[in-house]
Amino acid sequence: MPSLKEQLKLRIESEVQTQIHVGRSFAMRLETRAYSDLHGTNEVNSGPLSLKGRGNAISISPREQLQAVSAHWSSNPSFPSNLQPHLRPNITTQSQHHQPLPSRPYHLHITAITMSAGPVHPSSEPARWKYLDRIRTRPGPFTTPEMFSGETSAEAMDKMKILVIGAGGLGCELLKNLALSGFKNIHVIDMDTIDISNLNRQFLFRQSDVGKFKAEVAAAFVEKRVKGVKITPHNCKIQDFDEDFYMQFQIVVCGLDSIEARRWINATLVNMVDETVEDSYKPLIDGGTEGFKGQARVILPTITSCLECQLDMHAPRAAVPLCTLASIPRQPEHCIEWAHVIAWDKEKPFPQLDKDDPEHITWLYQKALLRAKEFNISGVTYSLTQGVVKNIIPAIAATNSVIAAACCNEALKIATNCAPYLGYPENNYMMYSGNDSIYTYTFKHEKKDDCPVCGVSARELAVDPKWTLQELVDSFAARPEAQLKKPSVRAEGKTLYMQSPPSLEEQTRPNLEKTLAEGLGLMDGQEIGVTDPAFATVSFKFRLKFT
Amino acid sequence: MLKIWSMKKEQQKAENSDGAAAGAAGGPKKKKVTAAQLRVQKDLSELSLGTTMRTDFPDPDNILSFILYIEPDEGMYKGGRFSFTFNITPNFPHEPPKVQCREKIYHPNIDLEGKVCLNILREDWKPVLNLNAVIVGLQFLFLEPNASDPLNKEAAEDLRSNREGFKRNVRSAMMGGSVKGEGFDRVAI
Ligand SMILES: [Zn+2]
Repeated sequence: MPSLKEQLKLRIESEVQTQIHVGRSFAMRLETRAYSDLHGTNEVNSGPLSLKGRGNAISISPREQLQAVSAHWSSNPSFPSNLQPHLRPNITTQSQHHQPLPSRPYHLHITAITMSAGPVHPSSEPARWKYLDRIRTRPGPFTTPEMFSGETSAEAMDKMKILVIGAGGLGCELLKNLALSGFKNIHVIDMDTIDISNLNRQFLFRQSDVGKFKAEVAAAFVEKRVKGVKITPHNCKIQDFDEDFYMQFQIVVCGLDSIEARRWINATLVNMVDETVEDSYKPLIDGGTEGFKGQARVILPTITSCLECQLDMHAPRAAVPLCTLASIPRQPEHCIEWAHVIAWDKEKPFPQLDKDDPEHITWLYQKALLRAKEFNISGVTYSLTQGVVKNIIPAIAATNSVIAAACCNEALKIATNCAPYLGYPENNYMMYSGNDSIYTYTFKHEKKDDCPVCGVSARELAVDPKWTLQELVDSFAARPEAQLKKPSVRAEGKTLYMQSPPSLEEQTRPNLEKTLAEGLGLMDGQEIGVTDPAFATVSFKFRLKFT
Repeated sequence: MLKIWSMKKEQQKAENSDGAAAGAAGGPKKKKVTAAQLRVQKDLSELSLGTTMRTDFPDPDNILSFILYIEPDEGMYKGGRFSFTFNITPNFPHEPPKVQCREKIYHPNIDLEGKVCLNILREDWKPVLNLNAVIVGLQFLFLEPNASDPLNKEAAEDLRSNREGFKRNVRSAMMGGSVKGEGFDRVAI
């Protein structure tokens, strides 16, 4: 019989370590896949670099070609020539390959952009849309008669309202692309104001705009450049709006850098689905970049896997073990992190760390510098301190434009049905890496049955408001789909009854006697979450319906 | 216009529709259960505390913030009661819970401010890990303090060079005494 210590050790090894490895093995599979795709036998030989995802081959033209496209942009006097980060990869497709469908859209989008790069006079407006209209009005090899109608698709786009969340690096690109792709009614939400450090890549902003709201300035700029488009800015947080607001849009495109905000909009859109109402399904197109890497994905709420299902695709912030910071720093970043997480708490020079306050950053910088001297480490600078503390990942303008282009393509395809899109029929996730040459990989991320957002759609639960909580808890045991033996029940912000841990059970036990409406203040239509250790992977959500 | 509607219909046909999820319509929808809260609820209902641990929720309606007490029943920290604050952000489980020891204790992997050096609380956190993994990890730190990942360098050095002496120092620190001029909180019960 092993001792408790050994048992615990075993448990840690089996439970913790295997769980960690489950997460890693997926990433490793991807890497292996990436390798075999690049070096495999059936590699498409087309120019300097060829790449293959699952069934789609993309060849990226040489650097000179990128520069040529970029030069085309800089010759355009209406766009700022001092801010030229827009390297436009000219991506062509290998249509002779077995399954070329998913790659065509990239080609479409490049067409849409390059045609409008020159100066536009009002008289040449119709010419601007000439090529776009060919795509929107003519059936092609990727359209099906049931889904595509050349007469109505352009008209439908004119009426469509599309929402862009974020007017930063990705958002600027998205707004410009969508406007040039024929979307006429665009809304944009961003709570931020323009900082001088944004100007190198957020190309809709000028020095004189510093301090103004991003959404407002971006909207005005694009409206001025693209006649006939209406862009409505909202200078606020996405959480300031309710479902009624989001219901007015047909497509939502996200260019966010916060995972928290993404999770919020994802949960909101999934929750809005009403199976009896077609308009309640809002495709969510999500773009994200981190340095040279990025991804574009489409979420069809309740149909494809959602952002919550894909949470493990976000690499957690790379952290250095605390003990390394505390005892054996090796890099300037370690010294800065030490000042940030250890020295600050110890000395508390100011009550609350404000990462935007130069005085606070200076304090951390000085501390880090002293520590670096002590350990003979060089390279601690003020700007590195700022970067580490604010967790700034260098934003690469080219990555933003590639990802925004991919997202905009998805929007155009969803809106017109001119070609299959991410999420339909199969693959829903495109990852892009420019770290080590250029690589894209498109795959299907599976929906998770136990996803707390889309795996458990709230079921309606008819209850008598005069029931006690005990009666409600007992009723779960009888429900055919659940048969919960030890259910724990919570409403948002209100713990009704928890079977475990014991202290919480004791604290919530008196609630069992109370009635649902009067005693506990539950309302008709309110959602409750139910968990049970017997269903280790599934949680349930119910929407109370008072009878 | 959008294909999504017909896709859903196809999907439902394929699933042979159990009908249980129907009737989503009607009435204004109120207060949603968020994913982070539902996940914490699930983690808590699966928590196995055994006889050596217990929790305390200052506000039972706020399950994102609680205190965990650990009373090791073997090892050199036996006889002590140690408490940790757990603060879970709305971004859980993308972010690990923030855990801090509330007492000033003599331990190679816990510093004098209560910071804990446990890999799954920082660099090795993954959303698939749960609160149970964290409390098992904390418990393990008391059974097997680890001199090779020091957060309190003096204590680690002490453990490495003179295990018996370290044990004595742990004892006296737990009684509220001082070790090498540093005073500690009394945690003995
Ligand atoms: Zn999901």
